Amino acid sequence: MNFDFSDDLKQLRDQARRFLSEQCTPAVVRRSLDGQETFAAGLWKEMAEMGWIGAAIPEQYGGAGLGYEGLCVLAEEIGRAVAPVPFSSSAYLASEAILLAGTEAQKKSWLPQLADGSVIGCFALAEGTGNPDPRNVRVRMAGGRLTGSKWPVADGGIAHIAIVAARDEAGEIAFYLVDLANVPKRTLTTLDPSRDHARLELDGVQAQKLGEAGGWASVQALLDRVAIMMAFEQVGGADASLQMARGYAMERFAFGRPIGSFQAIKHKLADMYVALELARSNAYYGAWALSAGSSDIPLAAAVARVSATEAFHLASKENIQTHGGVGFTWAVDCHLYYRRSKNLALAFGGPPFWKNRLVDLLETKNAAQGR
Amino acid sequence: MDFNDTPEEAAFRAEARAFLSANAQPKAGSRPTLRQGGMDAAGVEQAKDWQAKKADAGMAGLTWPKKFGGREASPILQVIYNQEEEDFTVPRGLFEIGLGMCIPTMMAYAKPEQLDRYVQPALRGEEVWCQLFSEPAGGSDLAALRTRAEPDGDDWVINGQKIWTSGAHLSDFGIVVVRTDPNKPKHEGLTFFFLDMKSPGVEIRPIHQMSGARHFNEVFFTDVRIPDAQRLGGVGQGWKVSLTTLMNERLAVGETPRPDVDDLLALSRSVTLDGEPAIRDSAVRERIADLYARSQGLKFTRFRTMTALSRGETPGPENSIAKLVNGTKLQDIASFGLDLIGSAGLVVDDDLTEAYGMFQSALLSSPSLRIAGGSDEILRNIIAERVLGLPPDIRADKGIPFNRVPTGTR
Repeated sequence: MNFDFSDDLKQLRDQARRFLSEQCTPAVVRRSLDGQETFAAGLWKEMAEMGWIGAAIPEQYGGAGLGYEGLCVLAEEIGRAVAPVPFSSSAYLASEAILLAGTEAQKKSWLPQLADGSVIGCFALAEGTGNPDPRNVRVRMAGGRLTGSKWPVADGGIAHIAIVAARDEAGEIAFYLVDLANVPKRTLTTLDPSRDHARLELDGVQAQKLGEAGGWASVQALLDRVAIMMAFEQVGGADASLQMARGYAMERFAFGRPIGSFQAIKHKLADMYVALELARSNAYYGAWALSAGSSDIPLAAAVARVSATEAFHLASKENIQTHGGVGFTWAVDCHLYYRRSKNLALAFGGPPFWKNRLVDLLETKNAAQGR
Repeated sequence: MDFNDTPEEAAFRAEARAFLSANAQPKAGSRPTLRQGGMDAAGVEQAKDWQAKKADAGMAGLTWPKKFGGREASPILQVIYNQEEEDFTVPRGLFEIGLGMCIPTMMAYAKPEQLDRYVQPALRGEEVWCQLFSEPAGGSDLAALRTRAEPDGDDWVINGQKIWTSGAHLSDFGIVVVRTDPNKPKHEGLTFFFLDMKSPGVEIRPIHQMSGARHFNEVFFTDVRIPDAQRLGGVGQGWKVSLTTLMNERLAVGETPRPDVDDLLALSRSVTLDGEPAIRDSAVRERIADLYARSQGLKFTRFRTMTALSRGETPGPENSIAKLVNGTKLQDIASFGLDLIGSAGLVVDDDLTEAYGMFQSALLSSPSLRIAGGSDEILRNIIAERVLGLPPDIRADKGIPFNRVPTGTR
């Protein structure tokens, strides 16, 4: 039994944690939150130089070749720091879509630029209200051009390329790669302004299909993989929320004693810890499934996603509660986690979507086992 | 990451498997063994025979010193043995406390000649041990116990009452912590002994639980004499010795209680809601998804614990959450399962119940999981204080002589 990250990856995690605690302070996050910058471009460049963005991209395509476990370790730290960078859009979604569906030529052409951070990618699936569902994909591909609008698209305003899920003339869904240089975009105001979101207006823009195959299954396969990486971000954010609440509970005095000595606070923090550890264990299994290429990826992903969303939600809201009134102010950082928690929970399918999928997968698995 | 055994672990697993295959029945089908009543005389004999077989095969006391019949093995081997034993129907419940808590405490504090006398018979299942800690006035606040011991010549004379003593009525010996000095603050006035449960003045009364079963006992002491030679640790050191016992609590890697989430899933396929299998209902699906995610989280947390053990590390605090999660999970599954069955869920007649009556049985037994061996509230305190490092609660009894600590009427 070796259900833990290797010493090398733990070292990478510690380095990332140190780096981000120095370079991605709440003041940096707030520059995006307050609209002074769309994302932390300097931080992004340094992350690229350290090989983080291409962590899971094979070396032959310019990546660091650290594998999925490496990417997961970094994701946790990026979540912990509430980093205002398009890491999930570029490193998980766009790069993974190209790795999953792209031709050899497309991989060679795009992955090195994504890995070195010079090109930022994003993924455009949603078209307004609704969870991931093939019936909600209405953007059309005809004659090599895409028509329709996609929103919200995380990092759509800062990305150079988008991977767009669209329907061809035969009605089949596939991924299309679009250069965003000339695509009209509307910047969206969101619950979490520390991350860019846009509406892309695709008015007959030229696009190339990723690979040959298509189908909703490839979209779902991408979402499964990304759900696992995102679960690590959520675990990182939940841990940071818990540590913030803990720190405050030790220092804040009421009725002549630290509020952390009251059982009402202790039990709240214990429940946050339990949810976090369950989520962490489920995320670890997801990381194993990804790196082993297991057939269990879909179920592992749904479980990791459900648990991590729950853990971050609980920890971020109870962090505010532990702080009391001061936790409700703009000046105190509790809301950074609370906003990010909802942002990550809603990205590519909220809990109802993933819970439903989890039970679908359990049913399939049990049917296969004849139960 | 991988889930593979080391070569040593794999060899031991094969050995354990071979022993079990040769000596025990594999669990047939999915019918769970429900703990309905206490163990009868025939059950005790079976359990003792099984323990002797384990000892002969070197499968008992795996982590114990070789001179006491153990293997001096890493705790991971005990976990592996437990995992393998899960697949077989074997007697359980008679020796866990004695071998897991009482004898390890003896090893830490008893005299060599006492160990020569007691360890082997316990390991071979010839003698059963129980642990006499909780009292009516001291459960979560264990150190508030009131059973008195007063010196008389070379003996101590014990008067008082213990409660929640598993297997006292089947036990030959017990370990007991009692108050020897009520004028000292509560932790300082305690002393620890072992005693013969057949001593004059020991009276054992089974407790009729809300589930209908009788696993636990009240034990009354009336002028019971214990020789001072059976004292473990110094006079007034009983709290320290108690902590040794509690630290030896069996690693929480045991079986998942039934019904589990797979049982709930099976049930939700067989019962209908609005003319469809209940599994089609979105509210049912959401509950199952939540419970499944919790179950998997616990399973993989156990894997993390096993990883630490396998590397020879002490498992981290992540292990402390298992009991806390399991109790509520079982209660939730039982209650929700019955909700799906509808009014027939009330019926417990064997020939009429769904799923062998598991859900009904668990509804009534699950409250004990949230109380016994550390209540949910105490476990949350432990996580908050020992894992998260929050300050201890302010105690109204701190530094006060025990006989002046305020007490309630219950």
